[in-house]
Amino acid sequence: MRPLRVHRGRMAPLDRDNVDTDQIIPKQFLKRVERSGFGPFLFHDWRRDEKDFVLDRPQHRGASVLVAGANFGCGSSREHAPWALEDAGYRVVVAPSFADIFRSNCGKIGVLAVSLPEGRVRQLMEIASEAPETELTVDLERGLITAPGFEAGFAVDPFTRECLLNGWDEVALTLRHQDQISAYEARWGAATPG
Amino acid sequence: MPHTLAGKIWDQHVVRTAPDEPDLLYIDLHLVHEVTSPQAFESLRLNGRPVRRPDLTIATVDHNNPTRGGYEAAEETSRRQMDALKENCAWAGIQLYGLGSRRQGIVHVIGPELGLTHPGKTIVCGDSHTSTHGAFGALAFGIGSSEVEHVLATQCLWQRRPRDLAVDIEGELPIGVTAKDLVLGLIAKVGISAGSGSAVEYRGSAIRGLSMEGRMTVCNMSIEWGARVGMVAPDDTTFAFLEGRPQAPQGPDWEAALERWRALPSDPDAEFDSVLSLDAGGLEPYVTWGTNPGQSAPISGRVPEPADETAERALRYMDLRPGTALQDIALDRVFIGSCTNARLEDLRLAASVVAGRHVHPRVRAMVVPGSASVKVAAEAEGLDRVFTDAGFEWRDAGCSMCLGMNTDILAPGERCASTSNRNFEGRQGSGGRTHLMSPPMAAAAAVAGHLVDVRELTR
Repeated sequence: MRPLRVHRGRMAPLDRDNVDTDQIIPKQFLKRVERSGFGPFLFHDWRRDEKDFVLDRPQHRGASVLVAGANFGCGSSREHAPWALEDAGYRVVVAPSFADIFRSNCGKIGVLAVSLPEGRVRQLMEIASEAPETELTVDLERGLITAPGFEAGFAVDPFTRECLLNGWDEVALTLRHQDQISAYEARWGAATPG
Repeated sequence: MPHTLAGKIWDQHVVRTAPDEPDLLYIDLHLVHEVTSPQAFESLRLNGRPVRRPDLTIATVDHNNPTRGGYEAAEETSRRQMDALKENCAWAGIQLYGLGSRRQGIVHVIGPELGLTHPGKTIVCGDSHTSTHGAFGALAFGIGSSEVEHVLATQCLWQRRPRDLAVDIEGELPIGVTAKDLVLGLIAKVGISAGSGSAVEYRGSAIRGLSMEGRMTVCNMSIEWGARVGMVAPDDTTFAFLEGRPQAPQGPDWEAALERWRALPSDPDAEFDSVLSLDAGGLEPYVTWGTNPGQSAPISGRVPEPADETAERALRYMDLRPGTALQDIALDRVFIGSCTNARLEDLRLAASVVAGRHVHPRVRAMVVPGSASVKVAAEAEGLDRVFTDAGFEWRDAGCSMCLGMNTDILAPGERCASTSNRNFEGRQGSGGRTHLMSPPMAAAAAVAGHLVDVRELTR
């Protein structure tokens, strides 16, 4: 995957809690057998049904940091959700909390999911709405998000952090431990016949 | 040191542990379906990587196959995914229960049915409802496509140990109240993210008293309150369900397995990070009124005043006014199916309600069995006739209108009583409105033409 060390970009504020992956990428778009091309269908139904949907406002075009409400990415495990975000140009999602599978999926494909306290997320929403031209700097190496007048530290899982910083292929990483896997199989297989 | 059920299984499956790293966890069973796997196989081929343990991998088509007319009736895009799975399984040597197979069905229905789901196993699938298998005392969780690829290539996953969360559910479920009502009532109480980061163990007399089907319904919906893992300690109910199934251990292996499985339940003094509780005796049949599974109320209740913006949005989408009696909500469609509630017991319960009655003229109702075997078994008991005589459509197995990836979808504005697991906006069809409930409640709603308390209908 593409490494992510320091990311600079404008924000789009999606001020909703419990955004589920069915909204991020509705099921009618899950029939592709490819990994790319999901971006145009990101939040498809909301974009279609809501005039002036926030992500489509001219001032948020080209944004690459999504700022969202709590429990973002709940529901279905579909990795198509982070694929759609990434394909539409988003590299970072900031929210008070994330659903476990969504957060894990993001880390596997080079999208950074950052949890910040609710108050700090609220501040970012306000900056994004009032001064949409503001560039946010997300520094994964230092664990710091900054913008003029804003600074917040953040932590991500150290393993996810290393993988993102280096753009590591996790499968390649694991295949280095093949001997240990084989040893486990020999041991465990013998202990659990049938 | 005393251990929890989840902790014991975890410890038995650690291949490698090192500071600052998650544990490398061995996976005993990998279930694969057509929607979340094509990209994983593609990446394996591009990188020249074989599937490490095709013998520990089972595939089926469930998400977008038609529920009548077979392969020929599928949309072009659905056929492409089903074809891709067939090619990928042939390439990797993976057993595929494809369309037409008597073992085809929803992945979380066929695993237990075949006897592949065992206590103590680690089980994954590219599907969030993999928690279903936890009903057997397995450590089972949903994963994304990158992890599907990772398991195919290595039979392992990097995982952080989840928090241990116990849910004590004591008491007896009142008549007419099912496992579905139990889990909907729990989610209404604790909220839809209370289980985040946790492996949940459901305990207590109400859980012990449930059949395996009921336990699967409860564990299935763990993800609807944020928990990737939901488990029940294995007991004689579990063993009786598994004994003699095609892939269950046989003979001396069965005896050895029983001995291992009996050692799995949490030690009496094992510590949990937190404990929640629920009184089963106080539950009623539940129905959802909103657009997430936590937005529900007992059927005797009313649509609530919205407490926040999320609820306001939900009521707008659902086209409901606060104060409306839930029983006054009229329906267009009824769906009995899904990995939550499409096993034989579910169909029996629903059939017992519709027997001798007829579906309301305004309502279009369908039953989609969870697997081809469930369908055959139901037909052997004559349940298909009970449903069709009452005016239900009787379909082939699949996920169907739980998520509407095939042509079984709601039209915009249509309102549906559904035994599935998610009432998210557009889930069953763009613009469609979903009310979640148990199979008997959905069956009663089909007859009444509106949401209704099944206990009144059958009194």
